[in-house]
Amino acid sequence: MNIVVPVKLVPDLVEELTIDASGAALDTMWLRLIINEFDDHATEQAILLKERSGGQVTIITPNAEGVDDMLFAASARGADRLIKLVGDFENGVNNHALARTLATTIKDLQPDLVLTGVQAHNDLDGSLGPLLAEYLGMPYTGYVSGVIVNGDKAIVRKEFPGGLIAELELKLPAVLGIQAAEQPPRYVAISKVRQAMKTATLEEMDAPGLNPDGGPTIGRMFQPEAAEKAEMISGNADVVADRLIGIFKELGVL
Amino acid sequence: MNQDIFVIIEHLRGQVADISYVMLAAAHELAQNTGGKVEAVLLGQNVQGLAGNLAADQVLSVEHPALADFTSDAYIKAVAGLTVEHQPRAVLFGHTSVGMDVASGLSAHLGLPLVGSVRYFESGGKFVSQICGGKIMAEGELPAPTALITLVPGGYKPEQGQSAQPPQVTQVAAPALDGLRVTLKQYIEPEAGDVDIAKEPLLIAVGRGIQTQDNISLADDLAQALGGVVCASRPVVDQGWLPTSRLVGKSGKAVKPKVYLAIGISGAPEHAEAITGSNVIVAINTDAAAPIFNIAKYGTITDLFDLVPVLTDKVREAKGG
Ligand SMILES: Cc1cc2nc3c(=O)[nH]c(=O)nc-3n(C[C@H](O)[C@H](O)[C@H](O)COP(=O)(O)OP(=O)(O)OC[C@H]3O[C@@H](n4cnc5c(N)ncnc54)[C@H](O)[C@@H]3O)c2cc1C
Repeated sequence: MNIVVPVKLVPDLVEELTIDASGAALDTMWLRLIINEFDDHATEQAILLKERSGGQVTIITPNAEGVDDMLFAASARGADRLIKLVGDFENGVNNHALARTLATTIKDLQPDLVLTGVQAHNDLDGSLGPLLAEYLGMPYTGYVSGVIVNGDKAIVRKEFPGGLIAELELKLPAVLGIQAAEQPPRYVAISKVRQAMKTATLEEMDAPGLNPDGGPTIGRMFQPEAAEKAEMISGNADVVADRLIGIFKELGVL
Repeated sequence: MNQDIFVIIEHLRGQVADISYVMLAAAHELAQNTGGKVEAVLLGQNVQGLAGNLAADQVLSVEHPALADFTSDAYIKAVAGLTVEHQPRAVLFGHTSVGMDVASGLSAHLGLPLVGSVRYFESGGKFVSQICGGKIMAEGELPAPTALITLVPGGYKPEQGQSAQPPQVTQVAAPALDGLRVTLKQYIEPEAGDVDIAKEPLLIAVGRGIQTQDNISLADDLAQALGGVVCASRPVVDQGWLPTSRLVGKSGKAVKPKVYLAIGISGAPEHAEAITGSNVIVAINTDAAAPIFNIAKYGTITDLFDLVPVLTDKVREAKGG
């Protein structure tokens, strides 16, 4: 089975986010990028499927600072092929542009399954998976947290609110938006990643003429103002704990 | 093109989802600006009974056996047909397991622009989307000719999208729904937990900040001392540290306790939407910019590993003494 996993880097939300001079985009200067959490789950799900029934896992990603390390880490976890798309990605691209260029490359790879993260936290023009599915002419299902491949079909678990699961059958080839892998993404030792750096090959492929049509134009970005910000309790743990005890008593839970 | 706003009503197994009412409320705000009507689109099989309290100028009902249960394939075809025929100014979907599967595919299918994660519309008609885990808002003009929108909850109350006056329902013929590549096999019911967190008055919630499975005991100890119940954000449940029955959020349960103590939880929209019914939220988070502080009543940036053990001791003292 041939599984392709498109992944991308997103801003690490633990870091402070600032808005640039244009007022309409994030300041990329200080952004720390990490793998989109759900793409990480998609990678894990692909490797689990390969371990279960054989095949090849190809990771494909637009070029950005830090992608080499991310690709080598995927290789250390069990990915077979690493592809870096080279193009005008510096100022970021929207999902419509990314999906169009990925579709061109992925078509040639003739996948049975394409696994993407169900969303990325900075998606503004919808999620990548359904766009990609449409450009590839494949069916799509998102919010997936379990996949079984059975001949030319995939049986997937799609999540609805409250823990309800719909078991759906899709004709392959198909694109799935992964919410969670069947197991948490595995940890790999740094030594294994270093090993991968020596032995794995990064293939570069051109991604010319990015076309962002279909995404909105952003006029302004801002930080949300709270209707009523929390009352912040400061001091050492002892002082804060005392105040919390007082609050619990006031609220009648202590 | 006309100026009407279409709302794709989300329903599951005979029940209209709250997000549908939120969308109707948003659609009315938008329609005031465009001068069009609000039309609810009800896709399914024998679903006319669901139209009763939808606050819409008209309900377009499309019935077909292939729409009886949700699949992206059939929904995309059905909504594409209506969109091409009526050319509304905007089509609203929930930013949900249903809407997200459909909206993006439709955007590529029809070559129409899409705006995701919209939280509200401004009076002038601009959209405001919520991104980066709730840390950033992005504003822009509604794209033309037909804007496909996925809406997150929080900007409008469901009651604003409900009406005592039943709307007019118009039957619309379904397009050809053949060659479908996605089919429903069965529903699998959620596993019942030992407690129903939706009914608990005191919840101690742990997030990724707790770091390891062993550290969950910090929350257990505090919960035991206070007489509360431990619940969690998605990453903690995905790690298998707590069962799914304890999951709070979009894919878990909505809760409404007297006190919700959030420990090492950032307050991402998918978590936040399910805790706003709490009477009081108290948050412990070292990041002063964490969105949880926008919905908490009390907060502290004290490290949880310093604070929680001390707090537990003091609770025990207060109870014992
Ligand atoms: C379709 C979909 C559905 C989802 N459904 C849900 C859902 O139902 N429920 C849900 O919770 N999430 C859900 N999510 C995931 C959601 O987007 C967030 O990723 C998740 O809520 C983040 O969990 P968290 O706050 O525990 O982790 P993080 O966002 O990583 O936050 C951890 C926080 O801990 C703080 N912290 C770290 N160390 C300490 C310390 N020592 N002391 C104090 N604070 C500390 C950090 O400052 C940070 O704010 C869903 C996502 C998608 C795409």
